[in-house]
Amino acid sequence: MCRDGRKRESAGQSRPLSVQDRRRAVRGASGRRAGPAVCELLSFGVRFLPVRAALLQQVRVLFFPVFPSGSVNITLTMQKGDQNATFLCRYSIPRGLNFRCKLAIKSVQTVFRSLATLEKTVEKCHIGLDEQKDRLTFTLHCKHGLLKTHNLSYQDSESLEAVFDKDSCANVFRAQPRVLVDTVVHFPTSLEEVTLTLSDERMWVRNHVEDEAERSKAVLTELCLAADEFDHFDIKLHNSITFCLKEFRGLLLFAESTGLPVTMYLDEPGSPVVLSVTDSVLEGNFVLATLSDDHYLRQSNRGADAEQTRPPDDFMNDDMDAYLIAMDSSVAPGPSTADPPSLAAFRKPPAPNYRTRTYSEEEEDGEEDPERPPDKKFRSLFFGSVLPPSPRRSSQPFTTQEVLASDSEEDEAEAD
Amino acid sequence: MKFRGKIIDVACLNHFTRVVTTISKLTKTCVLRLTPDNLFFILSGKVTNGGVSMWCELLQNNFFDEYQMEGVSSEFNQICLEVSPENLSRALRTVQCAKSVKIKLTKKHCACLTVAAELPTLSSASRVVTHDVPVEVIPRRLWQEFKEPVMPDFDVSIYLPPLKMLKNVVDRMKNLSNFLVIEANMNGEMNLKIQTDLVSVSTHFKDLGNPPWGEDASQDGGPSQRGDPELLAEATVDIRKLQQFLVGQQVNPSKAMCNIVHQNVVHLILLHEDVSLQYFIPAVA
Repeated sequence: MCRDGRKRESAGQSRPLSVQDRRRAVRGASGRRAGPAVCELLSFGVRFLPVRAALLQQVRVLFFPVFPSGSVNITLTMQKGDQNATFLCRYSIPRGLNFRCKLAIKSVQTVFRSLATLEKTVEKCHIGLDEQKDRLTFTLHCKHGLLKTHNLSYQDSESLEAVFDKDSCANVFRAQPRVLVDTVVHFPTSLEEVTLTLSDERMWVRNHVEDEAERSKAVLTELCLAADEFDHFDIKLHNSITFCLKEFRGLLLFAESTGLPVTMYLDEPGSPVVLSVTDSVLEGNFVLATLSDDHYLRQSNRGADAEQTRPPDDFMNDDMDAYLIAMDSSVAPGPSTADPPSLAAFRKPPAPNYRTRTYSEEEEDGEEDPERPPDKKFRSLFFGSVLPPSPRRSSQPFTTQEVLASDSEEDEAEAD
Repeated sequence: MKFRGKIIDVACLNHFTRVVTTISKLTKTCVLRLTPDNLFFILSGKVTNGGVSMWCELLQNNFFDEYQMEGVSSEFNQICLEVSPENLSRALRTVQCAKSVKIKLTKKHCACLTVAAELPTLSSASRVVTHDVPVEVIPRRLWQEFKEPVMPDFDVSIYLPPLKMLKNVVDRMKNLSNFLVIEANMNGEMNLKIQTDLVSVSTHFKDLGNPPWGEDASQDGGPSQRGDPELLAEATVDIRKLQQFLVGQQVNPSKAMCNIVHQNVVHLILLHEDVSLQYFIPAVA
């Protein structure tokens, strides 16, 4: 990477692609759970595709040539913050050759393992195709006349093309990668899938839980993003899309490293979701499969949410006064001599006001003598007998109270 | 039953999160008991825990800027919930930069403690993230299982050495044996010993100091208190339980004490400014 930001080359000259950039491109393309990469040498560019047939996911990074001919120049622009640098490299392919092979991306990464060493010692990198022996030869020309040759065997492959059409997607939005990264950080790393629910002004991101059984044990997380957090937010179809979070995280890592905004194209549930990272020189399309509609029909009511207008977030409108008033009105005066089996019992006789005062009195006593540990508190807390629950009960019926969680009245009856 | 608490201060949020994280390292599930003045994290000693029990008490006022609760009834103004502290800790850890965090008891598909945080954003509307942590309400008839532990009639009470030092020693000893003997006396001396067929190792601490419980503190344990200060009381415990306790401690307490009932139980007490944690480890035969 050109650290001082100078534009190194102009068109017409050719220089081998600096190894660290090659490595970065490879690393960025790999993602975290990519399968063996497909490396395609085509007449117009080099394409790296990690393919996972199960999820039909691809990364396509296209390098656009400057001079298409038998001898081809590739321009790669890397951008980091304010700095950018353009590198050219040259490769020649006999005309008419359309060759596809598959290489494990980890093997390619081992060639460019240590960036620091590469920057110090390697002058150029030469890649050659040896069809007879079925291998790609990477030769690193290092200082002092040292030549490191890596022979990587490849496998023939069929290219898997994801069928998608970005322009026909109903919903599009674009955001800085930071916004999306800050969103996914709230979800546990073990989470498999995430659901996006879209409306005109907002996007909700929720974790997706498959099993009904899981639902009662799992933490349900939900995050709401407003339209103005996005660079572009155009939603025509209100629906919910579910896709794999793990892959999404990996892709966001790549997007963050390029610093480019991420555009997402969404359509119906079941249609793939496309994440696009685009530059003048670079175009990356990440295609993710989504859960289909009939899957939603099997889930209880989740799909219906998308159609309704979500009620305004009640936490934003939380009114303490209203809450306190509600509390006052629902609590009917009970017998004040009741002895709750709580802390108060261990301190002094009951009656709420007195209890509060007593506690603060004890605290003051404790503070007078800083030498001693708060033994009085302990005494009051831990010494003394454990009182049985009071047999006397308020005759007040419980139905006037708003019970937020299940606590059936038959339990109360049994407690006696 | 209602509960709603709000934390605005970043330091309070941080502190609360650390407490919950410490609890999550000690046990997978525990009982959260809410009263108008306090929060308690309780683990009652059962065979399934290996007899270990824990009692952690927090003063709500020191953490929450707003706190309202309404218990099961006015007579029994408490709420007891069974919760996984790990879930709560994870939810809190992601929202450390929030402008405010609300914790509410809600009913979604089941009873939940909802952690709702308002996150700062560059745009006009702030982002709200909610984590619904499933909880189980504990009916009142089971509340007596979660009573405050009675202070044991200890034979020796001593201040612990710095927890980090203790943890280092226990970590090394754990590699050699499963059982550790803790002995101490009222003269500020404490020994940790392990014994196997091949090796025996003991670490000695001196001048630790003994908490002055004072005359009124010892109810019936008078004679043993005023006995020979050199007399050592000991208890043999499962070293993993002690290690689990030490691993979770993230903050240095203002006071750390250990009470030993000879060959019965080890009672560890950690006091911070607004949190107290007690941990009981039973002695093995």
